[in-house]
Amino acid sequence: MGAETLARTPLYGRHVALGARMVPFGGWEMPVQYSGIVDEHHAVRKAAGLFDISHMGEVYVGGRDALAFLQHICTQDVATIGPGQANYSLLCYPSGGIVDDIFIYNLVDEYLVVVNASNIAKDVAWMRQNAEGFEVTIDDASARMAMLALQGPLAEAILTEAADVDVVALPFHAVTRGALFENIPALIARTGYTGEDGFELFVGNGYAESLWDQLLLIGAEHGLKPCGLGARDSLRFEACLALYGHEIADTINPYEAKLGWVVKLAKGDFVGAEALRQIKAQGVARKLVGFEMVGRGIARGEYEIRSVDGAPAGLVTTGMPAPTLGKNLGLGLVPAALSAEGSEFDVVVREKPIRARVVKTPFYRPQYKK
Amino acid sequence: MSFKIPADLQYTKSHEWIRIEGDEALVGITDYAQNTLGDVVFVDLKEVGTTLAAEDTFGAIESVKAASDLFLPVDGEIIAVNSEVVDEPELINSDPYSDGWLVKIRLSAGSVGALMSADAYQKYLDSLDH
Repeated sequence: MGAETLARTPLYGRHVALGARMVPFGGWEMPVQYSGIVDEHHAVRKAAGLFDISHMGEVYVGGRDALAFLQHICTQDVATIGPGQANYSLLCYPSGGIVDDIFIYNLVDEYLVVVNASNIAKDVAWMRQNAEGFEVTIDDASARMAMLALQGPLAEAILTEAADVDVVALPFHAVTRGALFENIPALIARTGYTGEDGFELFVGNGYAESLWDQLLLIGAEHGLKPCGLGARDSLRFEACLALYGHEIADTINPYEAKLGWVVKLAKGDFVGAEALRQIKAQGVARKLVGFEMVGRGIARGEYEIRSVDGAPAGLVTTGMPAPTLGKNLGLGLVPAALSAEGSEFDVVVREKPIRARVVKTPFYRPQYKK
Repeated sequence: MSFKIPADLQYTKSHEWIRIEGDEALVGITDYAQNTLGDVVFVDLKEVGTTLAAEDTFGAIESVKAASDLFLPVDGEIIAVNSEVVDEPELINSDPYSDGWLVKIRLSAGSVGALMSADAYQKYLDSLDH
């Protein structure tokens, strides 16, 4: 795909001015790194990082049947997401395969659904297709909203200087309306995708540059660094947070992906419920596991996994050196028989089988403020 | 962004450099290549004694994010590998043209390869920006 066909966020000019390396991602031209993936990764674990995630999609769901509609298309029990709260969910096909993973924000008078950048059109079409019989409004706000993630142990101290609401008192997975730097209306949520405490900020496109600049300015003394998608991936990988297209796909069901906790079969009927009930009752043949490379080599997504006697056994979903842990780690789908901690298999690295061993997940225990 | 391109080396489109001295040559990756890869964390080189043709893979170099194959600029046999970069892959980032060399080869008789001068490589890099 040529650069001219890629979409750009309102912060594109800022990324280029900061010397970021821009790469195509999900149809967008996004920064993969500024100072370097490892440097940015450590900044988020030790201090704070600022990510432009404006490529993500935002869909407002309103109307009298908004809750009933979301209950119909989501695996999560949306009724348990109280006013001012947010939670993770999945959209599933009737087969139980995953359409997308989403975040649902209860904004009291409506819901905000955040979807993956590459899936915006697919998800909105899926919602509309399943809206028959419900009195709902589905407003795709993706093109007019920017989203920034401020993540890390010092994110709270930085945001406290910027916000007119008490962000210290904002619990994990809570969302509030507020103003940033006095005149930037924002949705402020204590959510994120790095395994650290932090916030996701939603603003209109016109405010994105001002918010980005001012956060970097006041954050500098706290060690805040602009971070790209490279560090976002290594951070979420250490915390074993699933990524669409890797751990999540229409060919992977939630129980295989270790996302059974997001499927609330007791809440009543929803799209995919019947298939998921059956899958759960039968048990899954393959499971997502975390593994450590025992031999010398780095596992990468899509590398083949073989049993130690050479039989095809599965696929790596994500693999890389984990910067915080100093180990070459991976996530992969393997037969249930190979999923116990301590089980060994081989990852095929450039045609050579390299030994790997199943370890406990998450690799890095999230440091959320609860 | 400008990258170091020593005038006394030759270059490939896949961003390796080669320093030919008689029938032997040192091979590494360019400043542009190391910068594009980012933090190099792992190097995997084929063994001494391996004979390869120009553009064959002689190993791989890995950053946090990705693995990239290394292509031999000319036909030859690997006669030495730089064990220091295997132990300290970051040498490739800090010094790609000297301490960060990768393999030493003996050129095959009549060895061929599509090599560029420093000037031609600079023009090639400029063309990649557009």
